[in-house]
Amino acid sequence: MKKVITGDHAVAIGAKLCRVDVVPAYPITPQTLIIEHIADFVNDGELDTKFLTMESEHSVMSAAAAASAAGARVFTATSSQGLAFMHEMLYATAPLRLPVVMANASRTLGGPPGIWCEYNDSMGARDSGWLQLYVEDNQEALDMIIQSFRIAEDKRVLLPVMPCLDGFVLTHTVEPVEIPTQEDVDSFLAPYDPDIILDPARPAMIGTFMPAEYIMELRRQTVGAFECAKDVIKEVNDEFAKKFDRDYGGLVDTYRMDDARVALITMGTVTSTSREVVDELRQKGEKVGIIKLRFFRPFPSEDLRKLVTNLDALGVFDRSISYHGGGPVYNEVRSALFGMTIPVINHLAGLGGRDVTKEQIFKMFELTSKAAKGEKVKDVNWHNTRGETV
Amino acid sequence: MITIKELSDENLFTAGHTACPGCGVAMSIRNAIRVFGKDTAVYVPANCAVVFGTTFPHGAWKVPFFHTAFENTGACLTGMQAAFEKKGKKVTVVGFAGDGGTYDIGLQSMSGAAERNEDIIYICLDNEAYMNTGIQRSGGTPFGAWTTTTPVGSKIQGNQRFKKNLGDIVVAHEIPYYATLSIGHPLDFIRKVEKAKNMKGFRFLHMFTPCIPGWKMDPAKTVEVTKRAVESGMWTLYEVENGEKKVTYKPGKMKSVRDYLNMQGRFRHMSDEDINKLQMWACKKWNLHYREKGAPDICEIEPHVEHHAVTEEHREMHGP
Repeated sequence: MKKVITGDHAVAIGAKLCRVDVVPAYPITPQTLIIEHIADFVNDGELDTKFLTMESEHSVMSAAAAASAAGARVFTATSSQGLAFMHEMLYATAPLRLPVVMANASRTLGGPPGIWCEYNDSMGARDSGWLQLYVEDNQEALDMIIQSFRIAEDKRVLLPVMPCLDGFVLTHTVEPVEIPTQEDVDSFLAPYDPDIILDPARPAMIGTFMPAEYIMELRRQTVGAFECAKDVIKEVNDEFAKKFDRDYGGLVDTYRMDDARVALITMGTVTSTSREVVDELRQKGEKVGIIKLRFFRPFPSEDLRKLVTNLDALGVFDRSISYHGGGPVYNEVRSALFGMTIPVINHLAGLGGRDVTKEQIFKMFELTSKAAKGEKVKDVNWHNTRGETV
Repeated sequence: MITIKELSDENLFTAGHTACPGCGVAMSIRNAIRVFGKDTAVYVPANCAVVFGTTFPHGAWKVPFFHTAFENTGACLTGMQAAFEKKGKKVTVVGFAGDGGTYDIGLQSMSGAAERNEDIIYICLDNEAYMNTGIQRSGGTPFGAWTTTTPVGSKIQGNQRFKKNLGDIVVAHEIPYYATLSIGHPLDFIRKVEKAKNMKGFRFLHMFTPCIPGWKMDPAKTVEVTKRAVESGMWTLYEVENGEKKVTYKPGKMKSVRDYLNMQGRFRHMSDEDINKLQMWACKKWNLHYREKGAPDICEIEPHVEHHAVTEEHREMHGP
């Protein structure tokens, strides 16, 4: 069944279809619609879940971790300042291997305060141990909630997952979305069945004080789970594609990359706009394509190295800045491509929620193509920005 | 009501933990958990009990234990309880937070859980300072007390603020049960823990837990110092059940705070003027809890008798 709904509504329906046990919630724009929809489901008797109206995001993630440790399937959502406020608890959740799924409505993290789309909220959580992915449209938002639980709860992974959707561009914008049936989702996602939980019948201690003699092994195990996640993400994607007929590609997706000489790495909704730009450039005979970065953690280093083999230059779109060092995605990509001679050009655009237009994306391809021809181009380029860069 | 004799002999918080000899926190946990029994799950935020009871690969808990951070006891208990309820399990969900974790950094999380009337038991182990980090002042530190952040200087000596009235803050949430407990009064202690166990909703047990290194006292005197706190009005024993307040133990004649202060090195520097200020605070607390309705305020204190205070030997061991 198709419904015309917002991204937030799609996420809420996704969580409902996953039969989540516990949802601790706290409002923050532009995520709030998600928890409002879930509250409606619960109060209308459509969803049997413990909906907890917490008093802060820090408490949301605390309750989420605790409920997960006690064996519940846990979902929540946050954004920006809220994600920053729960930062400490992000770090507590992942190494304890608690497979919470939390949607993040991407929003600029102040100051100065703002409410529109920027990725500096979630990029700051890069090293927290959460798997992190970015969706392009409302359909992918819904589908990735379902896939996220499958990935998170896979016993080779057991890590929390953070699907990110662009604030307002998706959260508050309606699109037609195919709603999977409960029956299909039930057959795709089994109930959460963890081995070690807080249970008086089989007492376990979770979160014990860890001396230096043991903590490195724990860290390495968590890295191992990230490695496993790379395979699991692909498996889950393929199985989902078979069942629901929607294939998202895995860690990355590509568009017109087969014979491309110049490509742009995109994330989130900017991917859709970039597809149009690529089509128009292709009509002019330019061999261009898109690499859609879906997962930022685990980072698809191997995929990228393969994809750029035949490229003359690569552009990297970033929707946030690592102060004085280019965008965080740019830095990750350069690191992944270390030793390869391809020029990598950073394109900063859309910070603070500024619209990323086709004109800007044309410019990104233009600059990247210049680099492909060996012309001198700045490493880091600010698009549609007043003033000069130093 | 169970008696001490009827209490289970099975230790669910076992010997072998590494708490200091005479630790009031360890005694409180061990006795409380004996009442709660096996079908219990605990959350312990950052405090000594995490270190002395759970340092991997050892663990003293024989009931499920969870720890993540410092300021989130109320929230973690909420999450655990929600999961157990959803899964149809009957589990007594108990948090053991310190005074810093409750009066200060954890106040919001505790307040949220209290306001929602979560079906949990919140225990505050009040040793009147941040002991795990090495004795720093908290909102629960009494007036005059030495801590490393309220040092005895040439200009300022000890803590300049009086202990926060946490009890009234908790009770203002209109919760089913709030009680103060002392390990020096074991019958009262067990009765209150059992009562809390058998009730529903948000229950708060406020336990007075002497800290040997933090209070600079003789490890053999934990129980005695607690008793003297109660006899002097520095700690009062009462409970508030559904808004009804009841004193559960009223001492005879009020003893001087000096009786209590003299046992501890943390008050050793106090001037007569400061001791009088603290005495007035104790009198106020005494009248608040023990004065009969309509009766005038009293502050008749039994004359202070010099008794076995901090020994020289002990001072050598633990400093002034």
